[in-house]
Amino acid sequence: MSDIASDSGWLRRAADSDIWWSFKSSPMTIVAAVATLLIIAMAFLAPLIAPHTPFDPATLSLSDGLKPPVLLSPDGDWSFPLGTDDQGRDILSAIMYGTRLSLIVGMASVVVAMVLGIALGLLSGYLGGTVDALIMRVADVQLTFPAILVALLIDGVVRGLISVQRHDEIAVYVIVGAIGLSFWVQYARTVRGSVMVEKNKEYVQAARVIGLSPLLIMVRHVLPNVMGPVLVIATINLGLAVITEATLSFLGVGLPSTEPSLGTLIRLGNEVLQSGDWWITVFPGATLAALVLAVNLLGDWLRDALNPKLR
Amino acid sequence: MNTSNNPPLLEVRGLRIEFPTRRGTLLAVDDVSFEIAPGEVLGVVGESGAGKSLTGNAIIGLLEPPGRIAGGQILLAGRRIDNLPYEQMRKVRGAQIGAIFQDPLTSLNPLYSIGRQLVETIQTHLPLSNSDARARALELLREVGIPGAESRLDHFPHQFSGGMRQRVVIALALCAGPRLIVADEPTTALDVSIQAQIIAVLKRLCRDHGTAVMLVTHDMGVIAETADRVAVMYAGRLAEIGPVRDVIKHAKHPYTRGLMGSIPSLGVRTDRLTQIDGAMPRLTEIPAGCAFNPRCTEVGTRCVVERPDLMSAGTSRAACWLHDKGGVGAKLATEAVDA
Amino acid sequence: MLAFILRRLMQSVAVLLTVGIVSFSLFRYVGDPINAMVGQDTSLEDRELLREKLGLNDPAPIQFMHFIANAAQGKFGLSYRTSEPVGRLILERMPATLELSFCAAVFALFVGVPMGVYTGLYPKHWSSRALQAVSLIGVSLPTFLIGILLILLFAVELHWLPSFGRGETVTIGWWTTNFLTVKGWEALILPSITLGLFQLTLLMRLVRSEMLEVMRTDYIKFARARGLANRAINFGHALKNTLVPVITIAGLQLGALVAFSIVTETVFAWPGMGQLFIQSVQFADVPVMAAYLLLIGVLFVLINMVVDLLYFAVDPRLRGQAGLARASGH
Repeated sequence: MSDIASDSGWLRRAADSDIWWSFKSSPMTIVAAVATLLIIAMAFLAPLIAPHTPFDPATLSLSDGLKPPVLLSPDGDWSFPLGTDDQGRDILSAIMYGTRLSLIVGMASVVVAMVLGIALGLLSGYLGGTVDALIMRVADVQLTFPAILVALLIDGVVRGLISVQRHDEIAVYVIVGAIGLSFWVQYARTVRGSVMVEKNKEYVQAARVIGLSPLLIMVRHVLPNVMGPVLVIATINLGLAVITEATLSFLGVGLPSTEPSLGTLIRLGNEVLQSGDWWITVFPGATLAALVLAVNLLGDWLRDALNPKLR
Repeated sequence: MNTSNNPPLLEVRGLRIEFPTRRGTLLAVDDVSFEIAPGEVLGVVGESGAGKSLTGNAIIGLLEPPGRIAGGQILLAGRRIDNLPYEQMRKVRGAQIGAIFQDPLTSLNPLYSIGRQLVETIQTHLPLSNSDARARALELLREVGIPGAESRLDHFPHQFSGGMRQRVVIALALCAGPRLIVADEPTTALDVSIQAQIIAVLKRLCRDHGTAVMLVTHDMGVIAETADRVAVMYAGRLAEIGPVRDVIKHAKHPYTRGLMGSIPSLGVRTDRLTQIDGAMPRLTEIPAGCAFNPRCTEVGTRCVVERPDLMSAGTSRAACWLHDKGGVGAKLATEAVDA
Repeated sequence: MLAFILRRLMQSVAVLLTVGIVSFSLFRYVGDPINAMVGQDTSLEDRELLREKLGLNDPAPIQFMHFIANAAQGKFGLSYRTSEPVGRLILERMPATLELSFCAAVFALFVGVPMGVYTGLYPKHWSSRALQAVSLIGVSLPTFLIGILLILLFAVELHWLPSFGRGETVTIGWWTTNFLTVKGWEALILPSITLGLFQLTLLMRLVRSEMLEVMRTDYIKFARARGLANRAINFGHALKNTLVPVITIAGLQLGALVAFSIVTETVFAWPGMGQLFIQSVQFADVPVMAAYLLLIGVLFVLINMVVDLLYFAVDPRLRGQAGLARASGH
């Protein structure tokens, strides 16, 4: 260990740092990190490792429908270890592909929210005046409503403007946009705050005198400072984004059953819940819960580790 | 040294306070011993990090974890208080030992009127009725010099100025009639113009009530004004302790001498202030022998190896081999033989 | 104090105006208001006539004022889906949602806050750590999943409680209530827990972290130094200081319950405004969406104002001149 560490100075610094120590000393966080990595791996390797392609209708046969999980009933089948739904789709494979979709949508919407929020925050903080007032007013109004409501509204508007079929085709983009648009405000506020502080500092005035674009200075100097809190917000957001997408899909206004995420799968399972075919809902549900729990634990740890007051 | 014949009110014997950290256990206070006589004002000076506040916290039993008392004893009127269970120590606090902290704004609960905070403290320790307690609270407010005390009883902390607030804090500390007050930097957070007033109030009240004071501060001026005796702390150890006039005018420990020399005084012409080279060592890097030896201008070979105990030097005591009169002084035994 | 109230009023009006504009834009430009009024087989000419008559060719600001005037009277046109007046639809379903939200709020408050106080006072105890872990799960599980799990356990497996619908209700005038019958209460239990759980965990974590902060303050240390009893410190000084900032957030959260009921109502087929809203989104039933948005906006603005006023009543630092300056963020 010491040989490797002494070779690269930064590795030794990282291994010696407070953050790594607080990571190592919290077994829950390590478990959470490992779990997250496993889930991500499973999700993105899905095309390679999933035993079936559940959403290619050509590979389905109704005779495989509604098989229970293999270990819990003699009707089970090892080629469908977690059972099948009413169309004969393998639950295990559906979970893998579904997780992949949930993760993609979740991460994409966080990126959208971050980019939008940072951009608007920079503009708002730097330009001040009416632009700032306008953007902040919109932010205030949007904050009065819970994110899910905003996402639902945006989705509804899109549905009102284009046909339902077209909406399903581009559902992923609509959902990413809707969720991203409902979460930008916190990023914008944080960035704006930092920009307003930095704006009045001397090096910015100096840069102006030299003729450098202060906006460039903002990006070069303010952004790095603000990335810490922004990342913390992003980790909280990721869990929320995944939950929001799952909720939208569950409510039937998210990803359609032709391209289901975990939320859609849960909805499909819910329809047969009363007749006792519980595995179609419970397994995707457990996966969703595990994913969000792991992400939240990591986010909690990151927040505590970066919080100077708790050291 | 206790010059009166009364038994001491507070005795600290060999106090050691340690902090377990992930890098090992740090000794923040190392074998500190002193006494306070009834009604006496003992100043405790030192730089930040010297261990003064920790000692004060340990005495009132509010040492914050992970810090803990690792050794030694604290006795109040002959009775050990460092090992009392929480509930018994609680009864000691307020009624026998009071405390005053640095920032009066944060010391007072902003949501309760000061009258309520006073009455509550009084009634916790004394069996007084509401009206009697209130009367006593009023009395105290007048004593600390709050004008219009009658109406101010129902005011909230934010309605007082900084100096007035600290007076309220003093009143609160004294309202149950303790025999000792531990005052931790009571004037540091106040404007310079107010500091003198507050010190005067504290001094007057303690004299009137016969309360002893352990006055922890880094401000020698306050000590000179107020204390009877002074203890100088360095790197968690006691460097010197003695009557205040003697320590200030004829400091025996090189560190104390450096401290006094670095304070400008009115009416004396100097070209430069004395400066002690270097800085107080961090707790993880305390040198062997005397903690001050790397910076001492009169360092001897023994100082680097053996840690000095407090030894008598005139009216004071100092932890310095230079005053080892009966023994071999600051040079090591082998050297003395050769010479 | 008066100045502060006026300022808040102005802010509220600004927010309401914005919400109104959005709602109006939705109603007028995303949907076709004519569709809200007439059936499928009305001829084109009749539609044009109606358009003129309704002033739909008037300049936008005038239409906006008409919209607001109508909204104030509860007239939002007809639902695309059912052709019923939107106002009436919403009114029918309001008691269901309000009662559900109320129960969920009570649950979240009276279980969440004490749990938060407990875990704040004794953070190292194993029971606190266990509660912390459970609360993390509560925050991570989406509401609909909790609802499904509860249904699975208590309705499908144990058959103790109904799995959907509002059960038995009693009609009093215009209001229908679950509170007056045992079966009515049974139907309320699972949905209320589902709806309230997320807020409960939020409140618990909030109260806990506030409590921990408060216990570290100088005034608590000074209170201990004065020898005050633990009870006086924990429940007198600490609790009061903890609850003051919690009030605002709790108030806002509980208001949000009405909006969050969307999901719970769908899981339990609870016939409230939330379920109506979801159906309207699925169907792109714009008049209902617009009306719901406006309603929720008004509700939230009202709640915000009440919470602000409450803050005044509780924190003595905010009364008086200096307090006003602080409250308005100077």
